[in-house]
Amino acid sequence: MAADRTVRRGDEAVPVTPPAFAVARSTLASRIGAVVGAVLLVALATLPLWGNASLMRMLIEFISLLVLAQMWNLLAGYAGLVSIGQQAYVGLGGYALIVLADDVGLNPFVSVFLAGLVAAAFSIPTAALVFRFRGGYFAVGTWAVAEVYRLLIANSPRLGSGSGRTLAAVFPLARETREVLTYWLALVIAVGAILHGYLHLRSRFGLGLTAIRDSEPASESLGINVFRTKLWVYVIASFGGGMTGALIYLNLLRISPDAAFTVNWTAFMIFIAVIGGIGTIEGPIVGTVVFFLLREFLADYGSWYLILLGLIAVVVVIRYPQGLWGLIADRWDVRFFPVQRRVRLGSRPVG
Amino acid sequence: MAVIDPIVQGILLGGLYALFATGLSMIFGVMRLVNLAHGDLSILAAFLALVTVRVTGLNPLLSLALVVPAMFCLGFLLQRGVLNFTLGRGVLPPVLATFGFSIIIQNLLLEAFSADSQRLNPGGIETASIALGDRLAIGWFPLITFVVAVLVLVGLQIFVSRTSLGRAFRATSDDQDAAELMGINNRSLYGLAMAISLGIVAVAGVFLGIRTTFVPSSGPDRLLFAFEAVIIGGLGSLWGTLAGGVILGVAQTIGAKLSPGWGVLTGHLVFLAVLLWRPTGLFAGAMKRSR
Repeated sequence: MAADRTVRRGDEAVPVTPPAFAVARSTLASRIGAVVGAVLLVALATLPLWGNASLMRMLIEFISLLVLAQMWNLLAGYAGLVSIGQQAYVGLGGYALIVLADDVGLNPFVSVFLAGLVAAAFSIPTAALVFRFRGGYFAVGTWAVAEVYRLLIANSPRLGSGSGRTLAAVFPLARETREVLTYWLALVIAVGAILHGYLHLRSRFGLGLTAIRDSEPASESLGINVFRTKLWVYVIASFGGGMTGALIYLNLLRISPDAAFTVNWTAFMIFIAVIGGIGTIEGPIVGTVVFFLLREFLADYGSWYLILLGLIAVVVVIRYPQGLWGLIADRWDVRFFPVQRRVRLGSRPVG
Repeated sequence: MAVIDPIVQGILLGGLYALFATGLSMIFGVMRLVNLAHGDLSILAAFLALVTVRVTGLNPLLSLALVVPAMFCLGFLLQRGVLNFTLGRGVLPPVLATFGFSIIIQNLLLEAFSADSQRLNPGGIETASIALGDRLAIGWFPLITFVVAVLVLVGLQIFVSRTSLGRAFRATSDDQDAAELMGINNRSLYGLAMAISLGIVAVAGVFLGIRTTFVPSSGPDRLLFAFEAVIIGGLGSLWGTLAGGVILGVAQTIGAKLSPGWGVLTGHLVFLAVLLWRPTGLFAGAMKRSR
């Protein structure tokens, strides 16, 4: 925009000063965060050189839960799809890995990505059924469909029926090789999920999605195709869930229908996302840290960590709906993954 | 006779499912809340009966005299103390809070009673049956369950349509704000609705515990069956719920007859088929209240 722009008022041309504002899309925290993130990523990528196997296993689990929570956050936090059936895609992804790697004979590490695609393929007919429900009934509907998948697999002798199967395709590999490759794969998935979430939400699509989060009727009236946006989010979340399910069982090597399709997967996703803060990218990261700390502290007390997490989640939902990260972000105004556009008054416009 | 037997058993089983479904459906009708802890609360009632029987030596059927009021009070407190604060703030809070309670109840029961399967023993009636011809017999207990379910539904129907409190329920169900303007205290009404819902589901839980074994994690299945009965029958229709429960029960017993692992699965598949074919349920519109 040129400063010498004029408007005609009567006979003379009056110069107009351009609006003094800029749209800021990054924050100081996000620029510092990008540097810290890059350093952290190098440290994590070289972990096999200086760390040990148990640390790697813990990080794989951390990443699995983080990605699952991130996917649920995308579903519920942005698209308003409160699903209690995401365990369906964890289970389908895990079983897809076994079938693709053991029965079809594909590379097991490549199969992890393909398993995500299989889960996404299943998500479309599932959506055709569960999208008939709204709100709370959507939650129970997705849960019922997840049970159907569990029972279908538990009744399939080829898939090992109720007792499940073991991933045999990785047996020829040396244990160290397998662990390091699985770890790196997990790292790629984590970076991919966070970057995808971040870039996606900053895009035109993300703007539409955020508008849906804030008001469905308003965004519909502004020309956003609410149904298509929601469906797309559901398919993406299923892809992410399936890939993570495959990663989990590439790490565990043993799968059974009851463990793969347990609603606890969704409980973990929900508690992590809710406690950390729904509707932000940072929230699930904070939530996963809280989850791990609680579980480690209460490791000797059976399922008490789950009871405590549930109680914290209920309190957070009612008293602090923005979650831990929301409290932090509001208190100190930090955003490591700024998806919002902020108007800064008094500075020169930027293009 | 090989065909009639599973159908008769399925119909009787459907009565139990309707008993589970009624409370869920009523809560949704009155306050648009889907209680995801509904099934776990019924299992909590079964464990309460178990403790009552152990401590007092009462018959589990008599223990209902203690368990139902206890669950009634719990429902009132749960609604007034917690769930009321989740209403009117979108979809997320009520779903998350009730799901949180579902996980909390399951794991508390697990810590308190271990994962061993339990059963309530009413002293013989659970195995007694009436023979109808050579190959067909109806169990006394499933018959009693069915009759109780019908009585509860009739009672609820009379309550909703004839009493002034029932009128307040219907008014709130139709329009919450207008009801409030007419002097109805929605918050305490919701507390009462949840209390009635849990009172009914307590009966269902104890009957389930007499009929079959249960474990702390039995709740979610009960929630799903109740939900499916409601959807098959059509939202907001009390008798539709009974029909939905019967269809689900018949589907499950026939499925189990065909192959032991297919009972519950057949029920789910029939539910999905109804959803696909008739999303509003088979008997919707009978009361035209919900949604």
